Order: sequence, then C-alpha cells, then structure tokens
Amino acid sequence: MAIQIDLDKCNGCGDCIPSCPFDLIEIVDEKAIINEEGCTLCGACQEVCAYEAILIEMPTEPEVVSDSHRGIWVFAEQRGSKLKSVGYELLAKGRELADTLKTELCAVCFGHNINETEQLITHGADKVYLVDEPTLADNQEDLYTGELARLIQEHKPEIVLAGATSLGRSFIPRVAAILKTGLTADCTGLEIDPETKLLLQTRPTFGGNILATIICQTRRPQMATVRPRVFKKNTPDKTRKGQIIRVDFNKEGITSRTKLLSFIEDITEAVKLDEADIIVSGGRGLGKAENFQLLEGLAGVVGAALGSSRPPVDDGWIPYSHQVGQTGKTVCPKLYIACGISGAVQHLAGMQTSDIIVAINDDPNAPIFEVATYGIVGDLFEVVPILIEKLKGE
Amino acid sequence: MPLNLERERQDKDELLNLGREAYLRTNLLIQVKRRNVSMNIIVCLKQVPGTTRVKIDPQTNTLVRQGIKNIVNPFDTYALEEGVRIKERYGGKVTAISMGPPQAEEILREAISTGADEAILVSDSALAGSDTLATSYTLARAINKIQEYDLVICGRQTVDGDTGQVGPELAEQLEIPFVAYVSKIEEIDNGRMQVQRMVEDGHEVIETPLPAVITVVKEINVPRLPSLRGLAKAKSAKILTWTTQELGTDKNMVGLSGSATRVIKIFFPQRVHHGEIFQGILENQVESLINKLRDAKLI
Amino acid sequence: MEYFLTEQQKTIKSLARRIAEEKILPVRAELDEREEFPWDIIKDLADSDLFRIFVPEEYEGLGGGCLDLYLVIEEISRVCAGVAISYAASALGSSALLEFGDEEQKQKYLPDIASGKKLAAFALTEPTAGSDVRAIRTTAEKVSGGYVLNGTKQFITNGGEAEIYTVIALTDKERGARGASAFLVEKDTPGFSFGKKEKKMGLRTSSTRELIFRNCLVPEENMIGREGMGFIMTMKVLDRSRPGIGAQAVGLAQGALEAAIEYARQRVQFGQPIISLPVVQNMLADMAIQVEAARALTYAVARTIDSGAERFTEESAMAKVFASDMAMKVTTEAVQIFGGAGYMRDYPVEKMMRDAKVTQIYEGTNQILRSVVASELRKGKARQG
Repeated sequence: MAIQIDLDKCNGCGDCIPSCPFDLIEIVDEKAIINEEGCTLCGACQEVCAYEAILIEMPTEPEVVSDSHRGIWVFAEQRGSKLKSVGYELLAKGRELADTLKTELCAVCFGHNINETEQLITHGADKVYLVDEPTLADNQEDLYTGELARLIQEHKPEIVLAGATSLGRSFIPRVAAILKTGLTADCTGLEIDPETKLLLQTRPTFGGNILATIICQTRRPQMATVRPRVFKKNTPDKTRKGQIIRVDFNKEGITSRTKLLSFIEDITEAVKLDEADIIVSGGRGLGKAENFQLLEGLAGVVGAALGSSRPPVDDGWIPYSHQVGQTGKTVCPKLYIACGISGAVQHLAGMQTSDIIVAINDDPNAPIFEVATYGIVGDLFEVVPILIEKLKGE
Repeated sequence: MPLNLERERQDKDELLNLGREAYLRTNLLIQVKRRNVSMNIIVCLKQVPGTTRVKIDPQTNTLVRQGIKNIVNPFDTYALEEGVRIKERYGGKVTAISMGPPQAEEILREAISTGADEAILVSDSALAGSDTLATSYTLARAINKIQEYDLVICGRQTVDGDTGQVGPELAEQLEIPFVAYVSKIEEIDNGRMQVQRMVEDGHEVIETPLPAVITVVKEINVPRLPSLRGLAKAKSAKILTWTTQELGTDKNMVGLSGSATRVIKIFFPQRVHHGEIFQGILENQVESLINKLRDAKLI
Repeated sequence: MEYFLTEQQKTIKSLARRIAEEKILPVRAELDEREEFPWDIIKDLADSDLFRIFVPEEYEGLGGGCLDLYLVIEEISRVCAGVAISYAASALGSSALLEFGDEEQKQKYLPDIASGKKLAAFALTEPTAGSDVRAIRTTAEKVSGGYVLNGTKQFITNGGEAEIYTVIALTDKERGARGASAFLVEKDTPGFSFGKKEKKMGLRTSSTRELIFRNCLVPEENMIGREGMGFIMTMKVLDRSRPGIGAQAVGLAQGALEAAIEYARQRVQFGQPIISLPVVQNMLADMAIQVEAARALTYAVARTIDSGAERFTEESAMAKVFASDMAMKVTTEAVQIFGGAGYMRDYPVEKMMRDAKVTQIYEGTNQILRSVVASELRKGKARQG
C-alpha cells in the first residue's frame, strides 16, 4: 500500500481531514480512513498528523542511473530569426546550476539565419548547438520535437531547461514523452540538492497558494520549463569564449505532419505589455469598462502600458491581450501600479516579480498589499485623479 | 496609445443588436451537415477540487480545505463544448473519458447532460500517484482500446496541476499530430483539419491531418448549460469503467512506478511583507508615493 | 416550504434557476435599459429544452404539465420578469393549437415551437377591446380557400419577434358569443404587418407591438377548431395561462424579497443592520408570508389543472389575482426597505416594482377577474341553493 494509516497510532482526532486537498479522508469508528484512489501522495496529511500515524511508502526505486548523462542544456527559442529573452534568462540560471554541478552549459537553438550565437556564449553558455535550416524558421513543432529528442539522445544532457512559452509548453512535453522522462512545467525555483545532486524543481500548485518541490529521480534528462521573466538574465560577459557547433538537420528522419498556413499578428495590443517598463493595471474594483479611461489617463502621464487582471477581461471590459496573470501574461516591469485589484493568487503569479509594486485599493485586507512595495488604502476614483493631477502639475 | 475602447464597445453593441436574423443563423438547432464528414471525437476530462484557492491556517501553517466540492476542470468544459459543436456541425459522436477516483463519475454524467454520447471512467487504485507521463500513458491505452477516433480534445491545463502537459504527452503516446491552444476550428474535410491557435503575439493558422490531439483555450466557445433531455439521459446512462486489467497496462508504466517525477515537499511560501502602506490624508499619501517613485527614478 | 415536487420537476426548477442566475442575471439591467428582446437568452432556454416542456412528446416535446411550466416561469421571473413573459407568451400563443388544433396543424407548427426555433404569440386585445373581449373588430371574411383578415391588434406580447400568431377574429358578428374564430397566422404572410414597438413602464425587454391585418389571406387549414369557437377557446386558454401569470408574480416577488433581505442585512443605520429593527422585520415577515401563500395557491391550482379537472376558471382567476396584487405590494415594500437606494436604477428593486404593475392588468385585469370569481360564486350558490 502506498499510503497507510497506522491504526495503533491513530486516535481519530480528525486533524488530517481538512488538510487533504482532495477530500479523501474520513473518520470511521474513530480511526482515519484514506480513500487511496485519487491520492497523489502529496504528504499534506502526514505533515499535520501529530501522532505520526500516516505512513507513505515510496516504491523502492533502483539506484540513480549511471552517470552517463552530463551537462545542462537550455533551449533558446526564436521568432523570426531573433532569439527571445527567455533563453538568456535561462542561461543565467543554467550557469548557476552548471557551476554548482561543475558541468558544462550548452544552448540549443533551432531556426534560420540565427546570428546571435555569440550572445549565447557571452550570456553564459559554454557551447551552442545550432541547427540552422529554412524549414525550421517558423517553430515547426513536429520538426523541433523530433530534432531535440534526437540531439538529447545523442548527447545525453542531465538537465534540459526551456521557456514555458506557447512553443515551449507545446513541444517540450512531447520531447519528454518520447524520452519517457520527467518534465516539470512553470518552475519558479531551480536548485541542485547538495546531497543527491538532483535538480530540485519548485513550482506553484493549487493556483499558487502552495509551492511544491519536485524531483525526477531516475529518468534522464531532468526537464523543466520556466516562464519568461521569472529569472533575470545576466549582463553579458564579452570575454567569455565558447564553442559554436553547427548541426546538420537530419531531414529524412523527421517529417512535419502539421502545416503552418499563416500567422496573424495581434494588433489590438497597443504597447507590448512584455516590454513595458511601467504598467498601470485595473481590476474588478474599476466597476465598469468605461473606467479604464481613468487608468488610460494615468498611463498616458507616466508612459505606461495598460494591463488588467482577469475579471475585467472575462466581462469584456478590455481585450485578453492586456490580461496579466496565470492564464494571461507574466510581466516584470520596473513599476507595476495595481488599481482596484484584490491580488488573487492567479494575478500575483503574473506580476509579483516586478521591481516596484504600487497597490491602490479601498480594502486594507486585500492580498495585493502583501506584495506591494507601496500601498495606498483608498478609493481609486479619488486617488488616481489626485495622482494624475500632481504628476501633470510638474 | 489610448485604447480604442469606444470602438470595442460599439462592436459589442452590434452583437447585441443582431436580432432575429442572426439568431437563426447562429442557431445551433439548425443542423448543417457538411459533406457528411462524421467525426468520432474523444474528450478528456478531469475532476479537480472546487477551489484552487486552498487557504492556509496561519497558526498551524497547514492546508485548510473549507467544504470544497469537486468540479470538472473548467478548461475541460470548453473542450467538451467544442467536441459537441463539431459533432453537431459534421455528424459523428462524442465520447467523454476521465481518469480518476470513482467519484469522477459525476463529471462524466455532467458531460452527457451537455452533449457527450458516451462516457468512460478509467479508475484503479494502481493509478494513484500518477504524474503526467503515467497519466498520458494510461489515457493512451484507453484511447487505443476505443480504437476508432478522429480527434482527441483536451483543455489547455488543469487548475490543480496547471502543467498543460497531458495533452502533448498523450499525442506522443498515441503517435499522432498535436496542436496546442486552439482558439477556433475553421474547417474539417477529408481527414484534415484547419484551426487557428493562439501564440503570444497573435494567431497561427495550422492545418493538421487527422486523427490528432488538440488542446483548446477558453476563447474558443461558450460552454452550454445542460438540456432537460441531456439530464434525463445522464441520469440513466451506463458509465463504462475500465481498470488496469481491461487496459492491460504495464504496472511499471502506471501510478507511482510509472511516474518520472514525484513531489518531495509541499510548503507554503513565506510572504515577508516589505511594503509600506502610506498614512494620512489622501493628498499627502499621493505626495509621498510620487516622491518615492521619483527617488527610484521611475518618473 | 416543501411542495413535494417530483424528481423531474426538481430538475426542471434547478436548471431554470441555473440559466436565470448564470445567463439572465448579468444582463437583465442592460436588457431593461436598452429595451431589447433577449434573443440570446431565448436561445439558451431553447437549447436547454425548456420550450419542450409544454409540447406533447408526439410533437418533439417533453409532455410536461402546467406545474412544470409554471416552475420555469417562476424561476426566470425571480431574476427578470420581462424574459419570463417572453417565454410564457410563447406557451400562451401555442395553447389554442395544443388544445384545439388538428393533427396537421400540430405536426406543422409544434415541433418548431418545441425546439424554440419559432416563438408564438396570442393576439386578442384591440384598441376597442381590452376587458370587453367581445368588442373586437378584426374581421375574418370567408373567401374561397380561406379567410381574409382585416383589423388591428394592440399590445401583443412577442409581437414582431414571434413567427406564429394565434389571432382571434370575428367570423360572424351576428352570432354574438359564437361570432369569433381562432386562426394561426404566420409572420410574413402578405397583408400582415407590425405597428410600432410600445415603450412600457416595465417588462421592457419584452417586445409589445400592434399587429396590422390588411386583406391578409389566411388559408382554410389554419383555422383552429370550428368556426365560431373563438371566444370559448379564448376563455379556456386564459384559464390555463392565468396561473402562469401567478407564477410570474410569485417569482418576481421572491426576487424582490431576497434582495430586500440581503440589503437589510448589510445596510447599517443607527449602529446596526436595519434587519435588526422590528419595523423592518415586520415588513419582511409580511412579504414572506404573502409570497408563500401566493406560491401555495398557484401550485395548488396547477395541480388541479394537471389532474385533469374540467373546470378551473374560478381557481385560476384567484391565483392570478392574489399573486399579482401580492407582487405589487411586495415589490413596493422592497423598494421601501432599500430606501433611497431602492429608487436608483443601479439597484434591482425599482425594476421589479415597475415590472410588477402589469401583472395586475394583463391576461384579465384583476377587476374583471374578481367579477369572474363573483359570478362563479353566484352560480355556485344558485346550484347549491
């Protein structure tokens, strides 16, 4: 049995019942019973049990596989021959991990007419594997999946990191399935366990209120995706040297089943949220669509992009391209001004790494104040006009 | 830079003024059979805890689950709705499938009440502790047992796991093409499907051969409410239950043994409050804020 | 209070409530403000099979009874009485067909009504004929192949939106009580057009229009039942629909009561929520008693009709009169409890009060219905005496 109650130790106190996220525990005849189906062995009940009556047995796993897997890989994503920032962000973290493990850091890059390979070196990579081919120009997922799996099988890295972008979340799981290895998505923390040397992958679950640390014990490589802007990129070190290896694309081995017919750019988004230094964001507290005009006014004065939490988007007050949060964009501006946003975990997940967060909300208990650098408890319809007026006055 | 919110509001006005003509045009009650394509669709559903906001008891620093009931993963309702719409447009049938504990039967009955024709529950204590790799393996065995299918639809991610990995991994296990974040199905014809899918900065139009696996985003449709006939059907429906025996799964590929990843720790983020909440009359608070921002050279 | 609803009725009630809360609640204020017909919601009701409730199974319906129908009307009214009447009027407009139509007519029209593809409407009232039904002037002149309709109908609910109209017209003025007949007239029939849309105090989302008939030829086979049965059919049809208005009033009042209770819990004056004040408690208690009494009466009448009773004119009138008078009182009291806020269009109760008024007027003014009850009482006495 994977999870078991030691009936001698259990005294039927019931403390475990509310701790189970899946509602699987009940007390029958003064002893706890756990419904094993649906139990993910998360251990939350075990932590709470004062009598140590809950036993979780992990199946005996074979010892860690041979040391044949070495090196850390970062997949550097591109669009239109330009490398995306997330690749550099991951190189910064990858460098740290590689130094801890005393192993090499390689960047892997697919595309066409890629000119930035030197930057990958200056940002921390020891090697760059470049597959440059016209057919790879448009992030063709079947080809990317096949080629990355093949390269991994050939070179056997122990860790592979990629951005949790729409491309990353789409093709990296496929690579993991082909390799029958573990993948952890949307990591917010990556570390090396000093004893086991395993990659400790930390990610939010249950909407972000709880963090889980996950390992991929026996399978290789250990794979993880990370959202853009979770890690910060290093300043490039121009003195760094490295190897750029051009790989020939094995056309025969992999064909593309799906076809990209066209790409329609999203033109409604005024200022790209991802790149803005300052973001003014509105939430349910605005009350109605028209009130975004007030925030537009503020945004205009400070030169900010306009963002939104989820409820205004759901209600149609503002298009989805402005949504910041778990199912929207993750942003990391220098200044994030949240107006009438309560700070639900799903929203925080998208902006809490911003340098400075200003919160304006009339509810002093709103969770947003827990992450805000500066907070004003007040009616945004009073505060924002005063703010605009004073800023204009200068 | 100011948004054209006015323009967007006008578009919404137009939508509201469509009136009867549009009602008839968009009326799904009108069956439009296109070239009798007939699609056999499988929709994957998962039962999840009703709130993702699991609270923390500040004193004991443990999970507090306040009477949370289980629901169907909201993103999966969009997957089911799309499957039903494809069936209405092209003919065919929708099979809902879920891997979970026995109580997951509830969401399968709900699926029937909103248009699924059949439902299958994959349930076995040996499946406990499955990560996405083991889950996709198990679901693939179940889908292969169904044999005839043209399309598998999943929601883009679950609200408890949030990984979004089962869809793509399932596609690899089934060895069929995969398209993520589909926001519109444009056309299905002759074993091929044309879709729009969302990427960060816009949409791609992709053509894929069938069968294929897709994940859908909530922009794709508005899920319907159950109908009375659907509810009656759901009540009396026989839900097929498959265990690992029926699926003939390899015991090293399912459950904890079949999982490549495992959770070793669950903990609660320590939120250290660094922030400053201004006091005093509003005017002064705003002054203080502006000064701080100016010091930080932001304005 | 426990009403011992069947499983099917409980399912119908909870589905109607879910649609009301998820689909109607977010837009009811806007629909009222813009006076727009709620096509999107009609579609949701249709997709959930709610129009099938009042159509027999042979014609693609679900063969429900009056109580099933009234439960839906009540649940929708709790959120918006205007949407509710748009739904209920389709049932009213199909009623004559359901009870008196022949097989061909039923096969032709009922499936589309059951699926919600087409809405129905009942056209009786005219400028000269409100309570005085017999004073209608629209004529239906027999010609070869059918009847030619001439005249104007007024204040027709679903006018302009419905596809199928049950029109009461004079076929023989001389025959008095046997002078009218009922016809099924389809929209877009040549000679059939619509007048302006009325601007109303309440039920503003519902479309109320004049129907104009100018030499409108209606085929022979579209007469419902026999010539001369028009007024009698009308009376029978209204007997069935009046408790439905009772249900509308009950739902409306229930919504107002719930809003008033919620507000009274939150509104703090003199250092306490106003619900702690005895005067407010008395008001709320009276409201709750009234709503429950009206509900019990309406359900009882529904069960009487569903049991196959042949005569229920008196009971049906009672349910409508009591419930509608009650709804007017309760919604007015609700506004009172909200105080100044209740008068503001940002809060839902003033709409409920405006909506309630017409329930005392249409489908038989409460004055006429009182005289109906009185006449039944007199007949009764005569019989027993």
